[in-house]
Amino acid sequence: MLRQLEGSAAVARAVAACRPQVVCAYPITPQTHIVEGIGAMVKAGDLPGCRFINVESEFAAMSVAIGASAGGARAYTATASQGLLFMAEAVYNAAGLGLPIVMTLANRAIGAPINIWNDQSDAMAVRDSGWIQLFAESNQAATDLHVQAFRLAEELSVPVMVCMDGFVLTHATEQVDVPTQAEVDAFLPPFEPRQLLDPDDPCSIGAMVGPEAFTEVRYLAHAKQLQALERIEAVGRAFGDAFGRLSGGLVSPYRTEGAEVVVVALGSILGTLADVVDDLRRAGRPVGALGITSFRPFPAEAVRAAVGDGARVVVVERAFSVGFGGVLATDVAMAVGGGAGRVSTVVAGLGGRPVTERSLAGVIDDALRDRLEPLRFLDLDDQVVARELARMAERRRSGPHAENILRDLGGAPLGPAAGARPTPERRAGAPGGEGR
Amino acid sequence: MTTQPVRFYQVGSFAVGNRLLDPDQRTVQADRSRSNALTSGHRACQGCGEALGARYVLDAAMRATGGRLVAVNATGCLEVFTTPYPETSWQVPWLHSLFGNAAAVATGVAAALAVQGRDDVRVVAQAGDGGTVDIGFGCLSGMFERDDDVLFVCYDNEAYMNTGVQRSAATPPAARTATTEAVGPEPGNPFGQGKDLPTLAMAHGVRYVATATVAELHDLEAKVERAMGVRGARYLHVLVPCPLGWGSDPSDTIRVARTAKETGLFPVYEAEGGTVTSVSPIRRRVPVTEYLRLQGRFRHVVGADGTVHRPDIVERLQQMADATVERLGLDRPAFGEGGPAGTGSPRTGEAVGTGNPRTGGPAGEGATP
Ligand SMILES: Cc1ncc(C[n+]2csc(CCOP(=O)(O)OP(=O)(O)O)c2C)c(N)n1
Ligand code: SF4
Ligand SMILES: [Mg+2]
Repeated sequence: MLRQLEGSAAVARAVAACRPQVVCAYPITPQTHIVEGIGAMVKAGDLPGCRFINVESEFAAMSVAIGASAGGARAYTATASQGLLFMAEAVYNAAGLGLPIVMTLANRAIGAPINIWNDQSDAMAVRDSGWIQLFAESNQAATDLHVQAFRLAEELSVPVMVCMDGFVLTHATEQVDVPTQAEVDAFLPPFEPRQLLDPDDPCSIGAMVGPEAFTEVRYLAHAKQLQALERIEAVGRAFGDAFGRLSGGLVSPYRTEGAEVVVVALGSILGTLADVVDDLRRAGRPVGALGITSFRPFPAEAVRAAVGDGARVVVVERAFSVGFGGVLATDVAMAVGGGAGRVSTVVAGLGGRPVTERSLAGVIDDALRDRLEPLRFLDLDDQVVARELARMAERRRSGPHAENILRDLGGAPLGPAAGARPTPERRAGAPGGEGR
Repeated sequence: MTTQPVRFYQVGSFAVGNRLLDPDQRTVQADRSRSNALTSGHRACQGCGEALGARYVLDAAMRATGGRLVAVNATGCLEVFTTPYPETSWQVPWLHSLFGNAAAVATGVAAALAVQGRDDVRVVAQAGDGGTVDIGFGCLSGMFERDDDVLFVCYDNEAYMNTGVQRSAATPPAARTATTEAVGPEPGNPFGQGKDLPTLAMAHGVRYVATATVAELHDLEAKVERAMGVRGARYLHVLVPCPLGWGSDPSDTIRVARTAKETGLFPVYEAEGGTVTSVSPIRRRVPVTEYLRLQGRFRHVVGADGTVHRPDIVERLQQMADATVERLGLDRPAFGEGGPAGTGSPRTGEAVGTGNPRTGGPAGEGATP
């Protein structure tokens, strides 16, 4: 049934419909509304058989989930940004142990400087942890992906992270078709653990493994991700059959036929991109977009097939590898071949800066004219950067970058991006609002 | 070889052996049907107090729960020496996740069991002192505060042994570790630092808190049994000498543990809901030098023959011991030596037991079964 819902509320309902048994939560913007929603349902008695545990840190949240999953319960948690990093050791551990935990990541920038708004640096920081990482383009996708995530996780005994852009999705209210309990029950079988702490059949989980077997154990993590490439497609199809709407899968190509430029991206930016592609196509320009739903496992073959042989590739990323450039772009370049001559990285939307249709159209136009450099920071205010670099050259004790730049901007707006700041629903720091 | 003749003052304690006891008071280890939760073949050093402590704790917990037990382990010696796969010493379902999260993982296991209606199965979490008082303290404090149904056992060998004997917040003053070397004007670990975890547990209002040593294994077993009779958060702090890290003779592990108690440096007591309810009195008070001389980590303070090299340090340690004895009223005449057993808790003035938690104080009563 279609409802007008905040993204977080839709996800909370979808997760609840999956009948989680242990939910642990530690608050961090912009994840809060999701766990608050689930907590309220548990408290109201709408989720019998579910424990909601308020833990003292994200490290504990993931650790409780680890224990719960090994104890045979369907376990769920959600976090973002600093919270993900705070639990990083346990994130790796959950995957290493092969425990089918599902976690929502409400993508947010990582500090310093502290910033509560959206980018995807957090997801990239645990890219190699062994979790399946699925990215939602819309709140409908976020809702549907959670239902698929539990099924995938439990089929493969691998944890799954559903990434949804903070604020852009979590706090956006739009129409979402929330799966009903009956639909989910028909789609998602009860959790049958592959490994269980059971006095009737004791086993040791988490033993020390030396060089004699470590490679094989780690390879198995990889092998399971390769299986996931097939299972993600299959589960996505099964979901489509059961729910009557397409959702999930590895990639989602948009008007890539005959495209000379294909823009590749993760998450909610694909909505904007589709509009840009439509405009450009209307103007007779051969461009398309490719959304990557499954970032890990990385669907290299599907990407290659969707991009084709000739097209130039622009990867728009809400994160980057400092000192190098694109993260997703590196994977895409490996998949499609041709290297930096063919694949450009555009770093965009860091810390919540809006990615506008105009800027994207400009980038694509440059790509079509062969004027796009291998790495571009979209809407970078060169003046602001130049001023701080000059200050550093001038004197040794030039002070902290962030504060210097904010002071510059507070004085006189220097460039085009200076005024363009996102407005989250409630201001940071406001009492009862979105704190930090 | 060091030998210890049986002393008469031990009569009335459980040190003489099971044959003098009622059958229901005999040790779990004396029972042929004991579970061997932590079985032989592990790789602990000779004389490892931690291996001994863990075996007694888990076997007692197994008996108390009818074998319905799950153990969660932090990283550390106990984890490493028990699971050099394909060998595992654990005869109980056992989960090791990380160094600092055993309490939270145990919370998760307990929650999972509860929601599945399997709460006949009980959860014990175990960690070394590092995994308890330092890196694991955040998760432990959370577990305490939420009153999760977990018995957390700290095997305190007073340093990070698994990584090569570095200082922890449980390392005593003056002790040499690899990061507090016995050099300079103030050799070893500084005075005035460190955490007293049982007290911190009590400050959380933890339902049942107890300390024990591997010198009094019957007492240890009884405390585990009592702890398993309570639902909610419980904490057991066991002093486990480490011959490797302490520089003590492997055959002296029990003697070292007993001396720690008999000097007053390591108080043995029980507390409920934040109040001390019984103390294990010191039977024969000995000066701290008796304890220090048994251990290489204090060699710069006292020689093996008892020669005092640093009287100033000895005096400070003796003052610490005296203060602890005074605070908890440990220096009561031992039972079996004529004096009335356990005449009162210094904290509360309430009647306390004989020092034997089995027969003694009111612990366990009033707690939800
Ligand atoms: C996060 C993290 N930091 C450090 C370590 C290294 N480490 C493993 S075991 C250990 C020492 C354990 O000390 P303790 O908890 O006292 O147990 P013991 O070995 O003394 O029984 C350390 C420092 C680790 N495994 N994980
Ligand atoms: S180093 Fe100490 S704690 Fe570790 S196994 Fe050896 S004796 Fe036991
Ligand atoms: Mg230790």
